[in-house]
Amino acid sequence: MSERRRRRSLRPAHFDDLGLRRALGDRMLPLLVAAMAFLAALALAGSAGTSALVRHWQEGAGSALTVQVPASGDAPAVLAALQSAPGIASARQLTRAELAALLRPWLGAGGGDAALPLPAVIAAHLAGGGPDLAALQARLAALAPGTLVESHGMWVQRLALLARSLQACAWLVLSVVGSVAAAVVAVATRAGLAARREAIEIVHGLGATDGYIAARFARRTTRMAALGGLLGLLAALPVLTALARLALPFTGPPTAATLPAELLLGLPALPFAAAALGYATAQATVRRWLKRLP
Amino acid sequence: MLATALPAAPPTLRFARGGWQNVTADGAQGRRMVRAEGVGLHYREGRRPGPEALRDLSFHVPEGGFRWLRGPSGAGKTSLLRLLHLAVRPTRGRLSVLDADIGTASRAALPALRQRIGMVFQDFRLLPHLTAYENVALPLRIAGRPEGQIRADVTEMLRWVGLSRRIEARPAQLSGGEQQRVAIARAVVGRPSLLLADEPTGNLDDAQAERLMRLLKEMNRLGATVIVATHNEALVARHPGPALRLQAGRLVDDV
Repeated sequence: MSERRRRRSLRPAHFDDLGLRRALGDRMLPLLVAAMAFLAALALAGSAGTSALVRHWQEGAGSALTVQVPASGDAPAVLAALQSAPGIASARQLTRAELAALLRPWLGAGGGDAALPLPAVIAAHLAGGGPDLAALQARLAALAPGTLVESHGMWVQRLALLARSLQACAWLVLSVVGSVAAAVVAVATRAGLAARREAIEIVHGLGATDGYIAARFARRTTRMAALGGLLGLLAALPVLTALARLALPFTGPPTAATLPAELLLGLPALPFAAAALGYATAQATVRRWLKRLP
Repeated sequence: MLATALPAAPPTLRFARGGWQNVTADGAQGRRMVRAEGVGLHYREGRRPGPEALRDLSFHVPEGGFRWLRGPSGAGKTSLLRLLHLAVRPTRGRLSVLDADIGTASRAALPALRQRIGMVFQDFRLLPHLTAYENVALPLRIAGRPEGQIRADVTEMLRWVGLSRRIEARPAQLSGGEQQRVAIARAVVGRPSLLLADEPTGNLDDAQAERLMRLLKEMNRLGATVIVATHNEALVARHPGPALRLQAGRLVDDV
């Protein structure tokens, strides 16, 4: 016998003693896990994107305030009061040209030059938690009767609520995808148990513990699930890149600093999560099945 | 072939040193390897208990002893061997194997006991996808022995049963007699304290059966307790020894 053949026959301990390479095929399970990982990546990106959008809104429209002072009112006094009010970071009065641009959809070009008594509009940015709106409204109305304070916070809050609901849906999708992936691994493991029942009984009779047998299955499913997770992630990357480009006007250019942590950590972790799920599911399935043996 | 491969003692002392005690043929040390008191066994038919395969068995086999297990087909020989191999638990009575009460021992305690029991099945029960070497190495790998020791012991064991040139052959490439020898090598390579054989000569011709009996007696001489189930009366006549005789699940003779 040649030395090479002899070495092959004296393989080290981690050989496939239960014949799982055939019993647990290396195509279907990785492909199914890859499909689940693909969906998980989309759900993760959806959750992260929604989260970024909410943050963007809250830092933008949610932190702004608009004050309308009637044409007859003392706009400079209102502006000065606003600039000194607590919770206001900055305030400035819109120019006539800016007002004309705002009114153009309703009054047409040159509408701002019409002899209409236009109110003065002051845009303010909030600081910290913002001012007490009711008190601010009363104070400004005292300076210029008829002054209106409009906060965008209420709309932003409603949009944020909607976004958080979408985020919850994304997490629900993630958990469903995880459960389906676990079910897929469990079914494949059970099929392997059925196919290798005789070998398992022989090995069990030779004194193998439940842990020994479960480890053989778990090693195989861990590898296949990790491969599936990696394939799913690779398949999702072009889709996520395209979505990121579409979201660019709302979220700004993505950088390591601006990308949500759940995306930065979650995506690379997908193959590892799939591997962990494959390991845990196979261990639990095999150990439970083995209880039928004495 | 096997006869020439079986010297009066194993070729190295290392194998003999590994736990077998050289006691006299029927347990001069007086310890009981197997002790059964009113043991019964019934298999389940779905959720209901089926008819009793074994009833009221009471006997003991001392450490280092030899027993034939005799009786016609269906007498319960295989069921008793399955009990002794810890493949099933008694449903009645008290059974002690290797000083452990099999009826009450925890499930976690059984694998360590099984590692001390060698079993030769009538149908060999080799793993078809493994080579002869890998089949024989399996009990040692399960027991977590170091790879260097496994290689030495398995190579030696296969040489002892005359298969050193067939270590890479899979069971399908081996004759019935060769498969039987691989099964025997697998049963004894872990140096079991209790060696069980279920109709081990059923698939062998007379010459091979004689060789196998010499091997089993050699194991017994080296200290292993050996129980051999057979309905081959001629074989028993050629190798007289104490016997447990079963009939319809009952022990009718213990001589």
